[in-house]
Amino acid sequence: MMKKLLARIILVSILILFTGCIQQEHEINSTSPSSAAPQELRLATTTSTCDTGLLDVLNKKFEEANNVNILTVCEGTGKAIATGELGAADVVMVHAVDAELKAVANGSFINRTYMMYNYFVMIGPENDPAGIRNASNASDAFRRIAAKQAPFISRGDDSGTHKMEKSIWKAANITPSGTWYLSVGRGMMETITTADIKEGYTLSDRGTYLSMKDKIKLRMLFESDRTFLFNPYHVMAVNPGKFPKVNYELTIKYIDYLTSPSAQDIIRNFGKEKYGEALFIPAVDNN
Amino acid sequence: MNSTDFLLEGMINAFSLIFSLNPYILSITGVSLKVSGTATLLAALTAIPLAFALSFCNFRGRQVMITLVNTGMGLPPVFVGLFIFLMLVPAGPFGQLNWIFTPGAMIIAQYIIVTPIITGISIAAIKAVPRSIIETAYTLGGDRKDTVIVTLHEAKFGIITAVLAGLGRALSEVGAILIVGGNIAYTGSIGGIGEGLSYTRTLTTAITLETSRADISTSIALGIILVTIVLFVNLLANAIQRRE
Repeated sequence: MMKKLLARIILVSILILFTGCIQQEHEINSTSPSSAAPQELRLATTTSTCDTGLLDVLNKKFEEANNVNILTVCEGTGKAIATGELGAADVVMVHAVDAELKAVANGSFINRTYMMYNYFVMIGPENDPAGIRNASNASDAFRRIAAKQAPFISRGDDSGTHKMEKSIWKAANITPSGTWYLSVGRGMMETITTADIKEGYTLSDRGTYLSMKDKIKLRMLFESDRTFLFNPYHVMAVNPGKFPKVNYELTIKYIDYLTSPSAQDIIRNFGKEKYGEALFIPAVDNN
Repeated sequence: MNSTDFLLEGMINAFSLIFSLNPYILSITGVSLKVSGTATLLAALTAIPLAFALSFCNFRGRQVMITLVNTGMGLPPVFVGLFIFLMLVPAGPFGQLNWIFTPGAMIIAQYIIVTPIITGISIAAIKAVPRSIIETAYTLGGDRKDTVIVTLHEAKFGIITAVLAGLGRALSEVGAILIVGGNIAYTGSIGGIGEGLSYTRTLTTAITLETSRADISTSIALGIILVTIVLFVNLLANAIQRRE
């Protein structure tokens, strides 16, 4: 009797493992259009390119044309750059100019290429208690929030958005602290969700805000500031001189693709159907 | 829409996702079972002999090993994740293997988390075997090998419970595999549920993603599957304990 039970348990565990393996094979088969095993390209990137769904559309075309599987790790700009610096990615797609230039200067990355941009936006409660709608620029808007001690939710995760936020506080000559300033240490979506619950202000990339605007009460209150809120995205190849195992050849192909007219077209039109307006502007349209 | 509506709608959509055998959800479940199942199997193969060695052999460092096992039972998974991450990234000591962000890396992390748990509970099961049985084995002329076999026979339910406890822990673990696996899905599901299948995305790591995206239905569907599997494992463990 006991032996039977033991045998059954072993059988079940084997079955469980087996279904896992079948799943895996099925996975490989269904993602490779040709008979040759697809190459892998490891991309470390920021949350906004993932969460908005842009990469799902953008990468698909490249994968189909080149028999590639892109393995995308979505983790915020600071972490994505660190991942590339440790050699755990072939290519990074990020948005924090100073951090990018530093990482290029220390030899971690090469072929830094401008691919698209948008603007950061300031969002907050519709009744706008701090009155940032009338602010003259982003640092003025931050100053008004601090003066009013209105709740401000910070990413607090060293992401591109957080780096931008810190530079604006610096420009406003304010070191934010106090109960009104909350640092959540998480992604853009969680930060917006927290701001929505707390009825507070936050700085967001335009794409993530637009992709969430139907689910939240917060409104876009301040945006047109080209000095402070400009948000360019770059792709960079991990330096093969530092990490010989990276797939540099394929990375260059991917970077060329991202700046090609067909990919720039995808970027230009992405989101128009779903959100009513484009989330990103391709680099070729920059003036 | 009030809060009950939103939960009800989430539940209904969750069940339809499960029963329509959505390929994304299935592939995530498959990765979870494969990673945690393999890690637990490897851990059991290490832990059970180790538990016997620590119970029956007197060797230098035995007390240190026992302390290590006890500490390991409470090892925070995020710490294990960080440690394995630093070992496996190409800049690290085992970087040449190129294992970071693969199911293999996740198996290693869970193996380290689960091995002390199975060892610790197995030692307790072995200790619970009545002294008289072991003495009888010796009295009847058995050597140490025979005694071990008798003890294994007596403690087998306890040891199986230990393995199932390890499996339950592995399946519900999220901190380590998120760091070393990267929560990767193939294109189509990078930003959440879609056509792409899972590569290193498990039930637990997918729930963290889908919750942050406020995709309630998918989160609930994944949660129901996870809880059902863990519940099944625990029921099995309970049934075995009752037989004892």
